[in-house]
Amino acid sequence: MTYFPEEVVEHIFSFLPSHSDRNTVSLVCKVWYEVERLSRRAVFVGNCYAVRPERVVLRFPNVKALTVKGKPHFADFNLVPPDWGGYAGPWIEAAARSCVGLEELRMKRMVVSDENLELLARSFPRFKVLVLISCEGFSTDGLAAIASHCKLLRELDLQENDVEDRGPRWLSFFPDSCTSLVSLNFACIKGEVNSGALERLVARSPNLRSLRLNRSVSVDTLSKILVRTPNLEDLGTGNLTDEFQAESYARLTSALEKCKMLRSLSGFWDASPICVPYIYPLCHQLTGLNLSYTPTLDYSDLTKMVSRCVKLQRLWVLDCISDKGLQVVASSCKDLQELRVFPSDFYVAGASAVTEEGLVAISSGCPKLSSLLYFCHQMTNEALITVAKNCPNFIRFRLCILEPKKPDAMTGQPLDEGFGAIVRECKGLRRLSMSGLLTDKVFMYIGKYAKYLEMLSIAFAGDSDKGMMDVMNGCKNLRKLEIRDSPFGDVALLGNVAKYETMRSLWMSSCNVTLKGCQVLASKMPMLNVEIMNELDGSSEMEENHADLSKVDKLYVSEMEENHTDLSKVDKLYVYRTTAGARDDAPNFVKIL
Amino acid sequence: MSEGPARSSTESSSPASSGLDFEDTALTLRLPGSDPDRKRAASTSTPARRSPRASASEAPPAPKAQVVGWPPVSRNRRNALPSRGKFVKVAVAGAPYQRKVDLEAYAGYDQLLAALQDKFTSHFTVRRRVGNEEMALLDVVSGAEYVLTYEDKDGDWMLVGDVPWSVGPECDDM
Repeated sequence: MTYFPEEVVEHIFSFLPSHSDRNTVSLVCKVWYEVERLSRRAVFVGNCYAVRPERVVLRFPNVKALTVKGKPHFADFNLVPPDWGGYAGPWIEAAARSCVGLEELRMKRMVVSDENLELLARSFPRFKVLVLISCEGFSTDGLAAIASHCKLLRELDLQENDVEDRGPRWLSFFPDSCTSLVSLNFACIKGEVNSGALERLVARSPNLRSLRLNRSVSVDTLSKILVRTPNLEDLGTGNLTDEFQAESYARLTSALEKCKMLRSLSGFWDASPICVPYIYPLCHQLTGLNLSYTPTLDYSDLTKMVSRCVKLQRLWVLDCISDKGLQVVASSCKDLQELRVFPSDFYVAGASAVTEEGLVAISSGCPKLSSLLYFCHQMTNEALITVAKNCPNFIRFRLCILEPKKPDAMTGQPLDEGFGAIVRECKGLRRLSMSGLLTDKVFMYIGKYAKYLEMLSIAFAGDSDKGMMDVMNGCKNLRKLEIRDSPFGDVALLGNVAKYETMRSLWMSSCNVTLKGCQVLASKMPMLNVEIMNELDGSSEMEENHADLSKVDKLYVSEMEENHTDLSKVDKLYVYRTTAGARDDAPNFVKIL
Repeated sequence: MSEGPARSSTESSSPASSGLDFEDTALTLRLPGSDPDRKRAASTSTPARRSPRASASEAPPAPKAQVVGWPPVSRNRRNALPSRGKFVKVAVAGAPYQRKVDLEAYAGYDQLLAALQDKFTSHFTVRRRVGNEEMALLDVVSGAEYVLTYEDKDGDWMLVGDVPWSVGPECDDM
């Protein structure tokens, strides 16, 4: 083997952008492991409990960008009880001790406190990028700490976080010397911000490319800001429901027209239809448009806007757009790659705004479509089969029929054939969420055809354990499996236990798995954490019987008492591979077997 | 809420905790106006601002099967849109006015109790029994203990807490 100096090996590694490739080369030999770990700049931790933070920072002392994800995805829908875990503290503390060169931190579904943010702000002198998505536990005081101490801050991106509002002053904490901002997103902040401070901040940020405001920012402030940001590429508007003043809106239009680089628009909180025409001059250059927070716009307002957006690649919209509106999208937006249609009403209403017809229209008009999230009232197999043929390039396909277990609206049949067509035709499919009436057959199709599927979400589907087992056995690239309210039990859970080592996690809630099944899983697979959560009733009884088992990794079946409570169903189960052992921050309603 | 112990129901109406039998509960989908017993929560709670789409259906939307976490829309998004959540009236014996709570906003009985404590903050501090057998609120002035009860679809007064939270509400009044 040719000898390469380490610097050369390191240089070769620098061409490997993906984490999995770098992980692979680190396994080749000790020398490569060392070279790789010392030169690793970006580390991605998909499950914060899969590995101890200390271990990560010791292995990669020169990491510049760290990404950590916490709670399971179903936490977004209130299925994970509060105080479950996912604390950012240990990660920030470990990095503060060992990786002071850290520049970027991205966290999703984690609990971040103001103290954590203080520590972050003070510990990393070159800190540049903070992205928090669906996090909670902090207030605007924590943001003030970031603003004041991160002198080189480039990005502060807050998406869908639950932030306690302690007043508008946080924005004023950016010092006058802070001129490095490229991206600022505070759309999820509920309270007022000081408009003067905002205008001054924008005025001294010549590199600003992305700015997403919250609802409190007025049209006038927006106009003043836009005059300062001719290079803006991405804008989230503030409040567009001000008492309509033609003058304000005329100023807004002329300011917007100067933003020749503007490609992406969002915000539009409850925007009045009257203000929409003032956005028209921009539409032809837009590649991204998010109108999903605007229930005040009806089909005709939306189509007037969208029909002008001929370069659109990404559209998020409410189902107010209706099937007719989607037909307009299909005929106008030929470059569309991503479509999300959200429900404006979470209950099943009398009339369907969006049905399978809209989806079929989109699929035939937009062949580049690769990512879909579609909430609707009904679907048919015929439509899904047509969609699959029209758009074989789907990477993400998420369909949510609002009424659980609803069959094909035309034939009354299960939707197995429709989803089967999707997985068969879309050979690159990586993520799938299904709904409607589904039998074990659809899982047979998924196991047979969905070879690249990485994430599968199942709700109210299937008939028997065979369904889940077909998926576990067939989907070679499966990483995340999340199931709710489906009749899969211990046989499915234990049918392929080695599989869990190749996956990030399994979530099962309101299924048929029992405590005994979970205990058997825990005993067979010591490298997994098997977490169970039950409703308040009954769990205290189990605590007493099995208290001594709560911290033990290995269980032996022969030592367990034959106890009828073992057959009691487990309400929520979360299984994940880990090198960290049982976590020590679990609340009392979580039992780790 | 009524003072003192609530009448307990003679029949076990709680469905399988797996939630699979949700069709067996009272949570059936009904067309608007077909069930005179149930108050239309949506029609008594939200302001009149509706999207123009609503003109297609004349009646307020029928309350759907109340399943937690369904449809799978994030909290952030639910809160952002005008909520038509499952609103129930909460009355406290002796309080001058009633309050409304949106049951969909809470992930469990704990959060609901905490929210009720906030709403009736002049009356109570929260006190829960160990083992969570009863959800109780304590009146700081009189020391009297209040239990949380609700009236279910059959018109019976039930003690809150027996039915797993994930099954969803069966009631209009507490």
